[in-house]
Amino acid sequence: MKKTHIIILIFIAIAIAVLISFMGDLTTYDTVASAREKEGKFVHLIARLDKTKPVEYDAIKNPNYMRFIAIDTLGHSTEVIYHNSKPTDFEKSERLVLKGSMKDGRFEADEMLMKCPSKYKDDVEANKKNLSSN
Amino acid sequence: MNYIGENLLPGQLGHFFVVLAFVSSLVATIAYFKATNAVDPADEKRWKKLARIAFGIDFLSVFTIFGILYYIISSHSFEYFYAWNHSNLSLNTQYLLSCIWEGQEGSFLLWTLWHAVLGGLLIFRGTKWESPVLTVISFMQVCLATMIMGIYIGDIHLGSNPFLLVREKFADAPVFSRADYLSLPQMQDGQGLNQLLQNYWMVIHPPVLFLGFASTIVPFAFAIAGLWKKDFSGWTRQALPWSLFSAGILGLGIMMGAAWAYESLTFGGYWAWDPVENASLVPWLVLVAGIHTQVIFNATGHSLRATNVFFILSFIFVLYSTFLTRSGVLGDSSVHAFTDEGMNIQLLLFLVIFLVPSFVLYFMRYKDIPHINKEEETSSREFWMFIGSLVLFLSAAVITWQTSFNPIYNKITGGTTAAPEDVEFSYNKIQIFVAIVLALLTAITQYLKYKKTTRESWLKKILVPTLVTAGITIAFFIFSGLDYDKKGIGFQAAIYLAFFASVYSVVANAAYIWAGLNGKLKSAGGSISHVGFGLSLVGILISSSNKQVLSYNTTGINLKFDERSKEKSLENLTLIKGVPTDMGKYWATFVNSDSTNKAGNISYYRVEMMKKDSSETFTLYPNLIRNTKGMEGFSNNPDARHYWNRDIFSYITYADDMDKREDTAQFKNYTVRVNDTIYYSNGFMVLNNVVPNPSNNKYHFKATDTALMADITVFSKEGTRFTAQPVFYVQGNEARYMLDTVYAQNIALAFSKVMENQQIELQVKESNRMVPFVALKVYEFPHINILWLGIIVMTIGFGLSVVYRSRQGRLKAVNKI
Repeated sequence: MKKTHIIILIFIAIAIAVLISFMGDLTTYDTVASAREKEGKFVHLIARLDKTKPVEYDAIKNPNYMRFIAIDTLGHSTEVIYHNSKPTDFEKSERLVLKGSMKDGRFEADEMLMKCPSKYKDDVEANKKNLSSN
Repeated sequence: MNYIGENLLPGQLGHFFVVLAFVSSLVATIAYFKATNAVDPADEKRWKKLARIAFGIDFLSVFTIFGILYYIISSHSFEYFYAWNHSNLSLNTQYLLSCIWEGQEGSFLLWTLWHAVLGGLLIFRGTKWESPVLTVISFMQVCLATMIMGIYIGDIHLGSNPFLLVREKFADAPVFSRADYLSLPQMQDGQGLNQLLQNYWMVIHPPVLFLGFASTIVPFAFAIAGLWKKDFSGWTRQALPWSLFSAGILGLGIMMGAAWAYESLTFGGYWAWDPVENASLVPWLVLVAGIHTQVIFNATGHSLRATNVFFILSFIFVLYSTFLTRSGVLGDSSVHAFTDEGMNIQLLLFLVIFLVPSFVLYFMRYKDIPHINKEEETSSREFWMFIGSLVLFLSAAVITWQTSFNPIYNKITGGTTAAPEDVEFSYNKIQIFVAIVLALLTAITQYLKYKKTTRESWLKKILVPTLVTAGITIAFFIFSGLDYDKKGIGFQAAIYLAFFASVYSVVANAAYIWAGLNGKLKSAGGSISHVGFGLSLVGILISSSNKQVLSYNTTGINLKFDERSKEKSLENLTLIKGVPTDMGKYWATFVNSDSTNKAGNISYYRVEMMKKDSSETFTLYPNLIRNTKGMEGFSNNPDARHYWNRDIFSYITYADDMDKREDTAQFKNYTVRVNDTIYYSNGFMVLNNVVPNPSNNKYHFKATDTALMADITVFSKEGTRFTAQPVFYVQGNEARYMLDTVYAQNIALAFSKVMENQQIELQVKESNRMVPFVALKVYEFPHINILWLGIIVMTIGFGLSVVYRSRQGRLKAVNKI
């Protein structure tokens, strides 16, 4: 067997090991109930803002603290704490992807993605709405 | 119905040229195919002539299409969907081009345009490889033409036509039942260009990137041509300048995108391992691997099979990235992927139609591809270069897997896997080792000779650069160091090792230009590129490891810390207007948010930064851009202060203007005379005096004016005193007044009326929404300029190599005759 072949095999073995460890790092998309079951584990929670409840954020007191209630498609809701500034148009968001974990019954979000009624991606539909209005 | 005011000619012409481009490139493909397979030279000549004419027509067609599309946008013909959806009247001229590549069709057009140019150059060169190479390129032109055709074959829709009218796109919208629909206000202006794309980088980054993508077809086509004509080795010298050109431009294009991300996005960096970024990096990695094996083959005769595989794959990866970023499978996982426009099947076919035949051909010919049975010496240059190529390739393979596993797995199985907790680290922890190996290899391999190297001579030459590098690393460790310890000691050690390897790469390659090549820069392209690569790595390592958050929040309520919040949160700092706030080395003061741009859609927030020892002050203008395209709200656009050795980078995370919350508090009226007291929730205030025509540091009234100022002292419960001086004045027979505000107590005061009996009316408003403030995030990026410098050096290196290798190739060709 050639040296090159041996090296190729070693490299492939390393690559596979690396990928297996990557697969171990993967997380899941969850609902409130399934996130509760995995308390403390990092998940992607898909939910929306409960607009009937107040959003607590006061940048003067603390720009890094925000509290609100999120509700998932199955109707379960949870309190969410987000240690960052409130994104623009948060109240208008239609869908939230919250990255973080459940802790003592509350969801501690590290990161948050918002889906607004008209994001760049869906602009054609939004533009169509503009066309039909007024 | 006859619609009024539509200018349909450009669209009809445009669509005609799209069809013409399709037909002519199809003819060119067939004719070049026939020419390649022709046995009779006269036959070949005839086919080739026809093919050239057809390709010429294709060339003119795609340029005409581009011109017409630009005309439609620049003449604001909003009856066309492309102009209506991607531009508007207020757009600056320089961004009209950006409108073309905002849409999917425009970027395909750009791509096909570059193929036409590259194909034209290859025809102009006119070697014996013209026919097979141009067969491949013409076929690609056929495929790209279908992407912008926009025709229906039965139910299947083929491509998306950029010349569609708005009324065709939204055929069911009620407004189009009127013949004069163009006179309606919503048709008078377009939807505008996405605000984030209105940046000078976005004018030049896409054309350069697409030239990079487009040019990967040239080495691919040469490889296919070699397999097809069974002339396996004849093309490698000729194709080398092309593959070097492609890698240089693609690398530059990718990093221009990184520069754009750094300047206008707010993730605080230039690279986020976003799927779209990865999709452009992977072809580059594979292409660079191919260049190295190609050089090995030219020098020693080894590695031809690998060269073929790499060139085929780099092109296939370009197609794969097209599929990944445009088919919509990425969904939520990428910020800037296109959406699914119903072209998934077509995009997948586009990939398969190149992938399958290429590899079938490759495996059919595999046995015939010349190779040397004797193995490379471990002390030879080619051995280690090959290892390097292999590492590049595996790195590309791992990145591809990491990028595509989730979307594709979820799509197929309906699963719910998601990205790892720390996405960037999941890439970094692997690629740091790739960087170490590659940087070390670029440092030592140059000093090895092809075939065999004696140990002593090699050690002697490499000794000085090694010692110099060790010296630099130790000095750096002592004087500065790399502070990134969040991921544990192991990763920090890896960063140091990578730092050593990158400096080694810079030093050893620079030394090689002197010692090995006697400073002959013309032939030093390879070494210069390696220096640039090393510099880029050094810049990446320092700027990302020593990136500092300056806006750590020192105020605010005390939060319960959990392990995670330590890392990311608390990075926003609130600045109250006019109050200097402690920000690390600086005092930061939010001065005002009064200035806007001409169109009025950008508000600039003026933030004064002063070093605590007062040695330096400067102003940052992070700004908010009102979103276009029917999106509500604002985009925050960062501002940075550049120094030669660091950048101070800031952006607004929250501003009270963003909410424009209704202030529900009302003014209350009080009738008072001098020395009277008014109570408010947190204390009381006393009217000390009423001053006629005041002239002080706040107001400058002249004796001829009619003005009265109420001089008021506000006493808070805490015992602090504030002065408030609202003014009542008459101008042009009209009574007016100027408010005065005590921000610290959230009260606004107005002097609203002069009453009888020396009484005046004061209005007092208490509000909890009075204080103007912004929440900011501020980073310091040290030595980011080393990265940009490295990229420039690398591109120059590629450029020099292109010139040197194409001259070398031509000389070799002459010698053979």
